[in-house]
Amino acid sequence: MLGIIIGVSSVIVMVAIGQGSTKDVQDQMGSLGTNVLTVSVTGSDVTFKEEDAEQIKDVNGIEGIAPTVSGRITAKSGKTTTQVSMIGTTSSYLDVRDLQLQSGRFIADLDHENHSKIAVLGSDTAQTLFGLGDPVGESIKVNGTSYKVVGVLESVGSSLGTSGDSTIIVPLSTGQRLASTTNIGTTYVKVENEDTINFVSSRIESTMYSIIGDADSYSVSSQKDLMETASSVNETMTLMLGGSAAISLIVGGIGIMNIMLVSVSERTKEIGIRKAIGAKRKNILLQFLIEAIVLSSSGGIIGVGIGVVSAQIYTVVTGATIAYSIPVMLLSFGFSLLVGVVFGVFPANKASKLDPIQALRYE
Amino acid sequence: MGMVEPIIQIRNMEKMYELGGETVMALKSVSLEIKKGDFISIIGPSGSGKSTFMNMIGCLDRPDSGEYLLDNEEIGKMKSSQLATIRNEKIGFIFQNFNMIPKLTAVENVELPLIYRGMKAVERRKMALASLEKVGLAGRANHLPSQLSGGQQQRVAIARALAGHPPILLADEPTGALDSKTSKEILAIMNSLNEQGHTIILITHDLDVAKQASRVVRIHDGQLYENGGEWFADAQNGAEKHQIK
Repeated sequence: MLGIIIGVSSVIVMVAIGQGSTKDVQDQMGSLGTNVLTVSVTGSDVTFKEEDAEQIKDVNGIEGIAPTVSGRITAKSGKTTTQVSMIGTTSSYLDVRDLQLQSGRFIADLDHENHSKIAVLGSDTAQTLFGLGDPVGESIKVNGTSYKVVGVLESVGSSLGTSGDSTIIVPLSTGQRLASTTNIGTTYVKVENEDTINFVSSRIESTMYSIIGDADSYSVSSQKDLMETASSVNETMTLMLGGSAAISLIVGGIGIMNIMLVSVSERTKEIGIRKAIGAKRKNILLQFLIEAIVLSSSGGIIGVGIGVVSAQIYTVVTGATIAYSIPVMLLSFGFSLLVGVVFGVFPANKASKLDPIQALRYE
Repeated sequence: MGMVEPIIQIRNMEKMYELGGETVMALKSVSLEIKKGDFISIIGPSGSGKSTFMNMIGCLDRPDSGEYLLDNEEIGKMKSSQLATIRNEKIGFIFQNFNMIPKLTAVENVELPLIYRGMKAVERRKMALASLEKVGLAGRANHLPSQLSGGQQQRVAIARALAGHPPILLADEPTGALDSKTSKEILAIMNSLNEQGHTIILITHDLDVAKQASRVVRIHDGQLYENGGEWFADAQNGAEKHQIK
């Protein structure tokens, strides 16, 4: 019974956690917008400048683009130092990535032209450097140079293990200096109509090919593509977690099997008494069948209950998302019932065939 | 007595066993007639075929040959499920070691034969309690066998045997596991049940127990002797020496 409880509950918890994280990722990626394409230049010996990125804008059906350079920098405020990812970009980034400002302003075109040493902080970066205070108007040191904070972004959460909030955004020209490159790494493209995204995507591909000339040195992907990849990774994880839990369920099943086998052999005398006073074979079978069903289904129900409660505790303690799977609950419950019934009835069937005299003599 | 209908008619019953490659004739052409309302003792030492004969009368086993009419029904050719029904309806068993089901209370044990008759819960509880009343244990209905003395357990067993009003009570060494005082109580109950009209078959190796019955038959080496009375008188003259152990 304990075995089946542990087995059923662990399957439910594992699958709830696995599916929860899948759902988490899907939600996050969905929030990034499904009308955004990511154009990444991956080749190390190709050049892709800001002017090249501007050519993407000429493709039909595009609402806006935001070329970026990125790198990691050290930001310092007073005595607090933190390593964050730096994004150098243009004013359109806010709209293309669908971000919200918590306070202050975003980067303006003028900042880009002037190579201004200004910065917009991600919400985590702001909190790390300034605590609960308002950083707007304060200055920070980025790789030793003084920058003025002009704005703070709303939190966007993290996806695929990268926090979207531990960032610092600077004008593109300033970012190129910090990253010591004029190459644009990633360009975000917002399309006018979500339905035409595949069409736009292939047109961007051809534009990119005409600029770079090497199909292996760039990639154009949508959030949907990323989402699918992430989901498949998560599904594999769910499968693995569920698989290991299923093994414990099988172990629980073996436990039930043992209980049933022992109980039948212990109760041979009882079977003899019952047969002597008029129980037929089917009466004996029915009795053991009912006992097996009651035992294993109550174990299954308790297992489901403990599973749900432990998953709730898990989500409260860790804050992670969980998602219950009704089919998995039914499946594990059904499995425990099946094991109980099969291994309850199999030895009972044998015992019910015993001669009443022999069963009575059994001590 | 002559006009009373026989309830059990056994003619030329034989039973063989294979024991370690050897064939043992446990019953050799045994014939017996028991009438309704009889109180009969079957006496014999262990190994005499007494247990085999009891199993035959109790429909727990089938003879190899011969005829067994119980209440005018031929038992010999019945299937095991039919035998189960016969045991349930015609025979009340009283065993030497009580054979209570330990996890069931006294009244639940008494209910058992009624359950297998498919009787409704309320009705069978009523019958079981009435049966416990007969053996003077109504007050212990909800006790577990472990909370009862040996004598009380045997009285519960008698109540269980009586519960379904079977025509025959078959008692196999009912006092074998009891002290002499309790044995007397149990035998007194059986005597009074016989006076109420129950047919009782008592199987024992103990002369003192056997002489409670109005008729004594003796089984020896698989053969049945109707001379229980004469033999009984001999045994009394010869005192302890003749007592069969």
